Amino acid sequence: MTILNLVFIVFLGILFFIAYFHISNYILDIYGNKSLKKYNLENSIRVVVFIAPAFIVLFIFILYPVFETIRLSFYDKFGREFVGLYNYKWAVNDPEFRRSIFNNLVWLLVVPTLSTFFGLVIANLADRIWWGSIAKSIIFMPMAISFVGAGVIWKFIYEYRGPENTQIGLLNAIIVSLGYEPQAWLTIPMWNNFFLMAIMIWIQTGLALVIFSAALRSIPKEMLEAARIDGASEFKIFFSIIIPYLEQTILVIWTLITIIVLRIFDIIFAMTNGEWQTGVLANLMYDWMFRGGGDSGRGSVLAIVIMIGVIPILAWNLYKHRQEQKI
Amino acid sequence: MKKFSMSSLLSQLLLLLFVIIWIIPTFGLFISSLRDKDLLAISGWWTSLTTTEVNEIYRMSGMESQIEEDGYFKIKGKLFEDNSGKKIESFGITSKNINEFNIGDVAIFKDESEVFLDENGNYEWRSKSEFKKKKGKRLFTTSLSPPSFTFENYREVLFKEGIGRAFVNTMAVALPSTLIPLIICSFFAYSLTWMKFYGRDTLLAIIIASLVVPLQMSLIPILTIYNDFGAFFGVAAKSYPGVWMAHTGFGLASTTFLLRNFLKSLPNEMMEAAKVDGASHYDIFIRIIIPLSIPAFASIFILQFLWCWNDLLVGLVFLDQVPSEIILTAKLKELLGSRGENWEILTTGAFVSMTVPLFIFFALQRYFIRGLVAGSVKG
Repeated sequence: MTILNLVFIVFLGILFFIAYFHISNYILDIYGNKSLKKYNLENSIRVVVFIAPAFIVLFIFILYPVFETIRLSFYDKFGREFVGLYNYKWAVNDPEFRRSIFNNLVWLLVVPTLSTFFGLVIANLADRIWWGSIAKSIIFMPMAISFVGAGVIWKFIYEYRGPENTQIGLLNAIIVSLGYEPQAWLTIPMWNNFFLMAIMIWIQTGLALVIFSAALRSIPKEMLEAARIDGASEFKIFFSIIIPYLEQTILVIWTLITIIVLRIFDIIFAMTNGEWQTGVLANLMYDWMFRGGGDSGRGSVLAIVIMIGVIPILAWNLYKHRQEQKI
Repeated sequence: MKKFSMSSLLSQLLLLLFVIIWIIPTFGLFISSLRDKDLLAISGWWTSLTTTEVNEIYRMSGMESQIEEDGYFKIKGKLFEDNSGKKIESFGITSKNINEFNIGDVAIFKDESEVFLDENGNYEWRSKSEFKKKKGKRLFTTSLSPPSFTFENYREVLFKEGIGRAFVNTMAVALPSTLIPLIICSFFAYSLTWMKFYGRDTLLAIIIASLVVPLQMSLIPILTIYNDFGAFFGVAAKSYPGVWMAHTGFGLASTTFLLRNFLKSLPNEMMEAAKVDGASHYDIFIRIIIPLSIPAFASIFILQFLWCWNDLLVGLVFLDQVPSEIILTAKLKELLGSRGENWEILTTGAFVSMTVPLFIFFALQRYFIRGLVAGSVKG
């Protein structure tokens, strides 16, 4: 496909949706007023016109797939024959699956916690320093770039050359200048997980930072002033006033990052492709979607395991939504 | 008072430390993408920031370029280009002793030919007898090299490695994948906020539930639908419109949710007044809602655009990995596998992929942050 063709279909695609809304509403405006008004049909048709595209997309891309994935998890690799719990039994006994679950849990434990913590500390520091907003900008920047781009950046830092060569990776150069042997960081089982997590923390701290920065402004200045006059140290203020005050925000950020980490795929796919025991669920699932021509049963089981991770958050969100509707 | 300034100084230092740790990885990538690829492979990027000593081997020209002058046969030439800014400190004629001569010394080879070398790399090699070898002799130089940067890697990566085309492809994926959900979700959010119909609350609850559904749940069924669709109509299963719709589907819940939150905050009286004046919902939407929503649109546009631009999984699953369809992130991943040792290509490619996000980041940071904060309020 030439670039010109590409530009053409991009325009056509966008235009299609604008035209749909414009034309259908135009027709409704002309004919609706005369014949439909007395039956109150105009409004109903308008609702359908407004909702239809989004609802169809929602149905095809989210609602139907959720049920289809659940169904497929009980079927064989082609989705044809019912096999009961076979795929689930396979998963429980598969060492790769266990390894992935374990890694995912470590990720879930480490990344949201540290990102939230760093975000809070940095937001608090930057709030009181005149060049704080520049600092925030810099720390926030990794949020804008892709996981793969971040992967390349960090792979360069972790780059390993044999001990006889000059190290061009920053980490090994530091290690060597301190008099230690250079290491192939990404191939050391278990430790490599932490080197991959560092990338995610590097990215997600920015997210925590900006949200905390906004939340910090809601803390009454008088309260902090009063504490300072009473001689409380900044350290004490941080733990006794700021953290309790931001409890809700901390929880929100922690969940937000948890959801992102639960489906983490790109970083591991780009950096190690799950080798050296770094695989997580999303990578294993991608693998099974295509391995040996694809196995939709096993792939679906893995998707469901990821889904189970978000169900508590889903339930909590719905509960909160209900509460708000009542008010 | 003194104690206070002390703690302030400590805070500043701590923050500075964080900033340095956070900026260095990206900075190193950027510097590396501007370095000469041969130097990049043998020295760390941090060495290129200061003047450094480099040892190099050059070969002088052979017999073809000799001239006769003042009773000597002479070969004159340059070891390196003037614009490199290198200054030679010492040189040698054997690999065993590469610092044997200083600038200004005359080095004499075994065959009694002599060579003069100045610090800019101009040499004059002369001999009483005619030069008879096609290849000239080697010179070993030790020189001070100032920081020097080049855009050579960018030219190579953009046009030879296919990153340029991948850039266009990514734009062709990301733009419609951002605008289509924005269009259809704004109508959706409008009806969820301002129109009364049966099942509205259920629909809203579905949206909120969909917010956290991982896209992995959709991959296999959607891929099956696309394959069946392609086979039935005899078209390619993987195509640009397919990716647009997939991104639209995965971004639909959050876009609708954010827009609805915004629309809810608009005053009800305005809509009522317009309705009394006989405006239809479509009029209200076009004349009142859209102008008021520009800041919200901007925030959501940026979030969704960055998400689509940076995505790997959707582009990997729903597009063919061929030059006319491959997106930047997938291309980078491919290069990580095939050109893992060619850091000039990887660093430059990664930086090219980051240009658009970084531009958006620096130009529209306010909207980006506003969107993130708004999206997080409910999580």
